[in-house]
Amino acid sequence: MIKVLYFARLREELNTGSETMDTVPDLRSLIIDLRARGGRWADVFGDDQLIMMSVNQEMADPETSLADGDEVAFFPPVTGG
Amino acid sequence: MNRIQIQTEPFDVTAIQNELRMNNPSVGAVVTFLGLMRDMNEGDRVSTMYLEHYPGMTEKALQEILDEADRRWDLLGVRVVHRVGELMPTDAIVLVAVASTHRGEAFRACEFVIDFLKTRAPFWKKERTGDGDRWVNARHSDSDAEKRWE
Repeated sequence: MIKVLYFARLREELNTGSETMDTVPDLRSLIIDLRARGGRWADVFGDDQLIMMSVNQEMADPETSLADGDEVAFFPPVTGG
Repeated sequence: MNRIQIQTEPFDVTAIQNELRMNNPSVGAVVTFLGLMRDMNEGDRVSTMYLEHYPGMTEKALQEILDEADRRWDLLGVRVVHRVGELMPTDAIVLVAVASTHRGEAFRACEFVIDFLKTRAPFWKKERTGDGDRWVNARHSDSDAEKRWE
């Protein structure tokens, strides 16, 4: 299983901050699964959306592979400072 | 004191600067960047701001930025303090303070750290305007600023 976190605008639009999902090979597969939920999920994870992602608290990209127990996060481009 | 602090409380700029320079006579320069909350953004008046972050990853991302600054310059001390939670106009949001023997390295390292913090550290601002709450969009100028260091 992997832990999936959502932050900021994504958390609000998806109405969830975290969930547990079955392990898939990489982030691309996970995004495809999330998009397949349809509705807001399809919008948020649409091709035209600018989304940042991390695995185990390190910046990642769709090619990043996943393993059981990983912590994944999706969030909008950061705006601190 | 830790090099990185994420906190809801205000911070004391002078105390941080003093800590960097006291008891270290080789420090010849301390450069401090202070990021403040404005009461206007994109033409609208902003009354309050809420800062969210990703606990754990924030500290990790900042640690990597400071480690890279240490590799690039000969620094005698660095501090990053970033507030989260509710903020008001004129509040200090972030402080980056860098100590070095001469000013050149401190100036460059300070700018490097804030440029990378802006594009790599997982913080998000939500501001309250007369039209309601809105998430602040990332700026292209921030990613351009980061690219200067490649």
